[in-house]
Amino acid sequence: MSTTKTAFAAMAAAAAIALTGCGGPVADAEAPAAAEDATGTAAESFSAEDAWVKAATEDDGMTGAFGILGNASGTDATVVSATASGAGMVELHEVVTGDDGNSVMREKEGGFTIPAGGTHVLEPGADHIMLMALEKDLEPGTEVAVALEFSDGSTAEFTAPVKAYEGANENYDGGHGDGHDDGHAEH
Amino acid sequence: MDGDRQGSAERPRTPFSRRHLLLGGAAAGLGASALVGADLLAGRGEPPAPAPSPAPAPEEPDGGETVPFHGPHQAGVETPPQAHANFVAFDLAADVDRERTRRLLTLLTDDVAKLSQGDAALADSEPELAYVPARLTVTFGFGPGLVERVAPDAAPSWLRPLPEFAVDRLRDEWSDGDLLLQVCADDPLTVAHATRMLTKDVRAFGAVRWVQAGFRRARGSEAAGTTMRNLMGQVDGTVNTAPGTDDFERIVWDGGGNPDWLRGGTSLVIRRIAMDLDKWDRLDRSGREESVGRRLADGAPLTGSREHDEPDFDAVTPLGFPVIAEFAHIRRARTDDPAERIFRRAYNYDLPVTGSEGQDAGLVFASFQADVDRQFVPIQKRLDELDLLNEWISPIGSAVFAIPPGCEEGGFVGETLFDA
Repeated sequence: MSTTKTAFAAMAAAAAIALTGCGGPVADAEAPAAAEDATGTAAESFSAEDAWVKAATEDDGMTGAFGILGNASGTDATVVSATASGAGMVELHEVVTGDDGNSVMREKEGGFTIPAGGTHVLEPGADHIMLMALEKDLEPGTEVAVALEFSDGSTAEFTAPVKAYEGANENYDGGHGDGHDDGHAEH
Repeated sequence: MDGDRQGSAERPRTPFSRRHLLLGGAAAGLGASALVGADLLAGRGEPPAPAPSPAPAPEEPDGGETVPFHGPHQAGVETPPQAHANFVAFDLAADVDRERTRRLLTLLTDDVAKLSQGDAALADSEPELAYVPARLTVTFGFGPGLVERVAPDAAPSWLRPLPEFAVDRLRDEWSDGDLLLQVCADDPLTVAHATRMLTKDVRAFGAVRWVQAGFRRARGSEAAGTTMRNLMGQVDGTVNTAPGTDDFERIVWDGGGNPDWLRGGTSLVIRRIAMDLDKWDRLDRSGREESVGRRLADGAPLTGSREHDEPDFDAVTPLGFPVIAEFAHIRRARTDDPAERIFRRAYNYDLPVTGSEGQDAGLVFASFQADVDRQFVPIQKRLDELDLLNEWISPIGSAVFAIPPGCEEGGFVGETLFDA
């Protein structure tokens, strides 16, 4: 297990470049000790790797943020809410199979749990951060600042580049649409 | 679709993928325990089975080999030529200004930094195709249109279409372009995937102008360093400066007269040279050798016995004719001016043609040199005036690009132009 933790810590260090406002020190590969530190906040042990946001126009109105959320601490961390630059409303979403057999996305109750010493993957077709009420076009090559709040009240921020992407078109089942293909409209 | 699935966690990731540990050079000494760690990290959980005594370690496939992306020079110039290439030129949209050009180059740089090391690009829709880098390199080239958008006064004087040559049969669809990506790897699937990912990045900023796919011998078919053959059967590129030498440094990287932002960069000339192979078929072997001045068997000059023997241009036959004819390609390409030299890194092309005759084949001639006007143009002028090979070959495409220097981690290719 310690091998895994060491490896993960190094991975987190490599990801630190992508972080702008990460609350705490990033463990380095030589010192897996941070993993045992149960007194720090969730944000202090958090990392984001390979984060990106699907390009969308203001007219599209909504899009998704994806990436790999890491937790270098010895206890599970739970993301309970998020905000993002350029989005008037942000929700934590999951994708499930609806009654008709089609995939639908909806707000995930309880948020995202990042296991102790592990990662939680956000990707198209699965859990993702849903950006809604877009206030501007999110153009490829620009960056979105995403802030996460954890269940212990701590917050962490990271930036995600915007990339053109044709996927992530799941239907939205959550009061903003009626289940038709109006979720992440292609553009 | 279940919430906490580990699916994506199976992706090998920097810096701990198996490939890097085995082939990364610096990491080569880590040994077996580190590999176990990598596998656990990658979610392949099972502990390794006890080794059944003295079985030889299976040979690692070549596809895991990587070429460093970051550094003072871009990869794909001094890199020993990979087996496959796509040269992709783009036209930038009219509304792509300096700032949007910066965004585009940042996106492309990030993708190439990942793909070249065998990692999926961000938003990679087929990540598994990225896990075989096969020495992937992607070299960025800037046409006049891109430089003008970013720093109009910073263009080197040679960044423009070549002068017209009498042999040219140029077509627009194979010429010019604002941005070039030279995508090279030893595996054609790797080239295809990288090309697709990068092309998708560009879509919001412009459109593909042309794509020139090329190939050499497959990796491992011949000893490394063997001079390539073109589709006319000739040993093509014998007189070429060797990567890693002072000579190479001078010819390719030493752009003393170039603008500062090109320090560590160079230039690239791409010429699409169509070959009339059916006409070539009518020429007998001695005629073929005479046209070039080299033997087909081994590329040795007609006055020598080995490929790299120096040609003796003064040697005459018993009848008093030069052994290497006045019209021979190697005599015409030769110069006494040491500045007039280039580094060739060409690929063959051979497109499918239906019907009973004709072939769309030739050479994607690619040459790097610090200064196009000083080094490339004089050679091409001599070949234009007289070169028997012109009977069988015609340039049908031509483009000139500035090759910016490489970048360090956190930077992007072309950033020096933004400071120019």
